Amino acid sequence: MSNVVAHAGQHADSPSRAHHRALQHHFDTMPQQKEAAVIGMWVFLLTEILFFGGLFVAYMIYRIWYFDAFAEASRSLSLFWGGLNTAVLIGSSLTMAMAVRGAQTNKRKATVNWLILTMILGCVFLGVKVIEYSDKFEHHHVPGPNFVWASEHAAPVAEGGAEHTPAPEAAAGHRKLSLTPSQLQRTTQIYFSLYFTMTGLHALHMIIGIGLMSVITWMAWKGRFDEEYYTPVELSGLYWHFVDIVWIFLFPLLYLVERHT
Amino acid sequence: MLDKLRIPERHYLHEGHSLRSWLLTKDHKRIAIMYLMSISVMFFIGGLFAVGIRFELATPQGDFVTADTYNKFFTMHGIIMVFFFLIPSIPAVLGNFLIPPMIGARDLAFPRINLLSLYIYWIGGIFTIYAMITGGVDTGWTFYTPYSAAGSNSHVIPVALGIFIAGFSSILTGLNFIVTIHRMRAPGMTWFRLPLFVWAHYATSLVQVLGTPVIAITIVMLFVERAFGFGIFDPARGGDPVLFQHLFWFYSHPAVYIMILPALGVTSELVSTFSKKTIFGYSFVAFSSLAIAIFGFIVWAHHMFVAGISTYSAMVFSFLSFSVAIPSAVKVFNWTATLYKGAVSFETPMLYAYGFIGLFAIGGLTGLFLATLGLDIHVHDTYFVVAHFHYIMVGGAIMGYLGGLHFWWPKITGRMYNNFFSKVSAIMVFVGFNITFFPQFVVGYLGMPRRYHSYPDEMQVLNVMSSAGATVLGLGYVLPVIYFLLSLRRGRVAGPNPWGASGLEWQTQSPPLTENFVEIPIVTGEPYEYDHVPAKESHLV
Repeated sequence: MSNVVAHAGQHADSPSRAHHRALQHHFDTMPQQKEAAVIGMWVFLLTEILFFGGLFVAYMIYRIWYFDAFAEASRSLSLFWGGLNTAVLIGSSLTMAMAVRGAQTNKRKATVNWLILTMILGCVFLGVKVIEYSDKFEHHHVPGPNFVWASEHAAPVAEGGAEHTPAPEAAAGHRKLSLTPSQLQRTTQIYFSLYFTMTGLHALHMIIGIGLMSVITWMAWKGRFDEEYYTPVELSGLYWHFVDIVWIFLFPLLYLVERHT
Repeated sequence: MLDKLRIPERHYLHEGHSLRSWLLTKDHKRIAIMYLMSISVMFFIGGLFAVGIRFELATPQGDFVTADTYNKFFTMHGIIMVFFFLIPSIPAVLGNFLIPPMIGARDLAFPRINLLSLYIYWIGGIFTIYAMITGGVDTGWTFYTPYSAAGSNSHVIPVALGIFIAGFSSILTGLNFIVTIHRMRAPGMTWFRLPLFVWAHYATSLVQVLGTPVIAITIVMLFVERAFGFGIFDPARGGDPVLFQHLFWFYSHPAVYIMILPALGVTSELVSTFSKKTIFGYSFVAFSSLAIAIFGFIVWAHHMFVAGISTYSAMVFSFLSFSVAIPSAVKVFNWTATLYKGAVSFETPMLYAYGFIGLFAIGGLTGLFLATLGLDIHVHDTYFVVAHFHYIMVGGAIMGYLGGLHFWWPKITGRMYNNFFSKVSAIMVFVGFNITFFPQFVVGYLGMPRRYHSYPDEMQVLNVMSSAGATVLGLGYVLPVIYFLLSLRRGRVAGPNPWGASGLEWQTQSPPLTENFVEIPIVTGEPYEYDHVPAKESHLV
């Protein structure tokens, strides 16, 4: 038996030509290189799921414990801005998919245009987020020493200040709340702590995504991609869809707590 | 014969000698060497804090340092040893160096990400060392809230950020290994022909990839609480400090398996090589690594039996913790069966392997004490716990690391180290370790709590034993630095396969070429074929 197999011989497996310029020295074929990159990206996204997962666990526990506070605080968010951003982000996933398609089919201009459109939609999302955040600052809804929760639905404090026994006549709003203003003042902060941490990290991921995409756009413009090598476009696409999916979970969890009442 | 044993003209260390050729390298072997130097520095910094701790505990009174300084000593010792030495130790050094040649690849799947992980490790290390120099941190390596969020006046944020950053280095290493093992194996290198070292690293990588992001987000939540006054864990606002503990241990318990699994892999290699026998029950040993990785994720709350979790969940976690003993015992019994009627030898790496098996058994079995609900209430937060996890982390992980380093040093450098002094050091480490930590089981069982800088007079004898043992242990750690460095110039030339080992990494020259192999081999034989075929022919047929 022979112990010799020259690695050069294995390039013959490559579908079109022996040496693509993007083929790195330690891979044998372009498909092997691409598969490695795609698996790597999926593993990375797995770590991202666990990264956000910690926040979702905290959210779940506190939402069960302080449901009324979460419902109250959630109603203070704007459905219009949240809904708009959801639409914008889903739209940007479509344009991203079109960009990947463009790269796959070797259409340089289409790839660049779709990528630019995706980045614009991403910026729109972030712009809306700025509007929403500044609204929170104005209303003192940022957790910390300046946090103020003034609710019209909460149980009014009895004259004597016996705030731990909710008054029965508190059912002023659509829902009877079991929490006193001081309890709401404390526990709505947990909601907003999670709101800012979750949406803040999500926004940070979007900023990173837009940064990545501007590099990819430049590479696409320079004609670095063809039907055999478009891995960077595909990987940024996977990343962008992931960021989109995170928002798909964040929107109902943060904006739509008990909206039906 | 003498002609044959010469350092080859061309090898990875000769591909450029400039600093730039090192700092911008994409060669996994050079990156491993840089990791080796970095974690060694961290090990000796962490060791200095241990010296301070043992010095203070030589007398019952708190007379060497104040209680506050002592708090910082054990905190910095824990943080540096856990996050900057033990977690990267075997994977980033030995795994990085050996996985590609073991599976017949030219490099890891993502060489640039590999280099990036080293830079990320350095940045995380700089944050931590900065915090250490400017005053340190006193929360314990566990960062429990609310003290870490609101109480402590020490440098919690830079250290937490350092750990957060270093975590990404660990994630990227794990990611790289997973993809490499899936996609870069040589023709014929099937999953069940992989060395057990690679199986162990595959399991480790899964833990790194799935666990580390959770400590990252926990640190983010701690950060926003401490820096911006958010209230996720603040009991004054209805937050739950126990939630922090859950999230912290969801990573930090599996992190123990990040440390021990690669050491188990090293031991499997050593036991088979130095018994000149096929490993007993290959697939059991391989799958027990995966089983440990999986069990490792569902036992975290055994750190919290006295933290106020419900009795029912404590019972479940206690039961699950016991079950980790099964795959661990599978390994120990399989190694024993491999040794049985083998041509057992006593080379330095094997001395470490013998030490490892004994210490790992003691560390593992005392873990069962701690998993027992009733007994845990008695020994929780005592020196019994300290002794237990040092048996696993030092007696297990570091013995495995040193055994591996002694085993593959001739492959890494092409030269042998001093045989006599290396055996002396292996014995010193084993003896010194036991004198240091065995008395701590006793003193802990008698009720000495951890993290105190003074203790009752009647416990002094055991503590002085511990401090004396630590001196022997410390010298045992310094000795290898000396003979390893001397071996670089004076060491006997090792040749490609000084131990007569069967792994693919021994079939190439020492030190290897940058691309590891002249030609990518085709694997036709089974692993550890010591029984039938002479070692040098076992893989390349």
